[in-house]
Amino acid sequence: MIMRYWYLLLSSWPRLLELMYWPVLQVITWGFLQTYIAQNANFFVRAGGTLIGAVILWDILFRGQLGFSISFLEEMWARNLGNLMMSPLKPIEFLLALMAMSLIRLAIGVIPMTLLALYLFHFNFYGLGLPLIAFFCNLIFTSWAVGIFVSGLVLRNGLGAESIVWTLMFALMPLACVYYPVQVLPHWLQYVSWSLPPTYVFEGMRALLIDHVFRADLMFFSLTINAALIVASFGAFLALLRSARVNGSLLGGGE
Amino acid sequence: MAQHEDSEGLRRAADPIGPAAIEVVHLVKQYKNTRAVDDISFRIARGSITGLLGGNGAGKTTTIAMIMGLVLPTSGRVEVLGHPMPEQSAHVLGRMNFESPYVDMPMRLTVRQNLSIFGRLYAVANLRERIAQLAHDLDLNDFIDRPNGKLSAGQKTRVALAKALINQPELLLLDEPTASLDPDTADWVRAHFETYRRTHEATILLASHNMFEVERLCDRVIILKRGRIEEDDTPDGIIARYSRATLEEVFLDVARGRAQDDPNGQSRVIPQEPPNERESRETVP
Repeated sequence: MIMRYWYLLLSSWPRLLELMYWPVLQVITWGFLQTYIAQNANFFVRAGGTLIGAVILWDILFRGQLGFSISFLEEMWARNLGNLMMSPLKPIEFLLALMAMSLIRLAIGVIPMTLLALYLFHFNFYGLGLPLIAFFCNLIFTSWAVGIFVSGLVLRNGLGAESIVWTLMFALMPLACVYYPVQVLPHWLQYVSWSLPPTYVFEGMRALLIDHVFRADLMFFSLTINAALIVASFGAFLALLRSARVNGSLLGGGE
Repeated sequence: MAQHEDSEGLRRAADPIGPAAIEVVHLVKQYKNTRAVDDISFRIARGSITGLLGGNGAGKTTTIAMIMGLVLPTSGRVEVLGHPMPEQSAHVLGRMNFESPYVDMPMRLTVRQNLSIFGRLYAVANLRERIAQLAHDLDLNDFIDRPNGKLSAGQKTRVALAKALINQPELLLLDEPTASLDPDTADWVRAHFETYRRTHEATILLASHNMFEVERLCDRVIILKRGRIEEDDTPDGIIARYSRATLEEVFLDVARGRAQDDPNGQSRVIPQEPPNERESRETVP
């Protein structure tokens, strides 16, 4: 299955370009904004890199989910899902292939983005060191959990539900406190925020860049919630797949 | 009707008591207010070719989809190659394959890439040799490195057929396999099915609107109407019972509700299905 998506990527330069286009645009826009703020505010001089770091981490989260879901949608667009469902391919194998593809697509999109951030804004994303591994793993796990759930929705409801693929992650953006600390939120909303694994990552990143402290406790909480989310999303995917079989939507898959 | 001259084929069609490739028992599929399949039962003997006929919305595709496990029945059960579907589909899916107008092959991938991927999904041994064999048998070599989306309808059908045969299936489910093909290509494809059945002793279930095709290929014909089995016999048996010359004439009789002579000299009138009801079943939910 990974080969199937790899062949597809290599056969289509717009698909490859699209992987890099938005991350590059994001890092340029936010990088210049941060440069402007840093020249005018002492706090941001001290917290140099938090904005651009947040942009890159957010893109890992968003692009990770998108990479997963787009590979899934390619099967819907190609009307190939029936072939796969009729083959000996197990749902878990299909999902594992989509996860691998999300990593490949992410690498194609985010690595040039980080190099650009280094070149233009002197922000060395890899300078975050080992904590970066914890940040990355937690974000990618969340992106897969959302991707699995959204793919199940599209499977059940057809391409009419396609827009969820593009929009659902943005609903997390304000709550996951990508660009500001959790304390900014109203007290009651902070509980919601702390129930989302990415919140711990973005808080952890700010702790690292501002206070120069790696908060392992935050990463542990994030990992625990992620584990529960992935199990729940896989269960939801199987339930939605069964519902699609009851409904007959695997035959059509249209609007 | 070359197959009907084969006494073994006739025996298999008339005597489906042996090991069944497909067994369908009291199968029902209800979509909200539409009963797509309404309590049908049949057994299909291994090594036979069976035609599943019926007008649009008669329940052919839904029945095949339930046999494949793509659609869950509302009630009743399906067994394929001795295993209940979809509960034990893992034991069966590698031994069967299908071709349907409801699915395509990825368009941007070349024919070779597509076959290579499906070959791996089906864990085909000696895949390179198998693809070369299929390319030779199905005359794919001229366009095997061309993207699937740039092929003609006939070429695409041959590629879909190659995919359906990649794992040398014991059971082949075909939904309108020659639709939209020119007569020459369609004839060529039918000949290939005959050869494949003969050389692999495979079972084929064929849904088609092409009566000539069904007469030529099938040992047995099941005609569905409004989700129910209207007829189930050899093509010759059905044609004789309706006192018609061809299966096409029988099909029109069934579809239009004309009288059928039964063996007791009586006739029964098959009510004609209102077009609006038929239309309501044509769309798969």
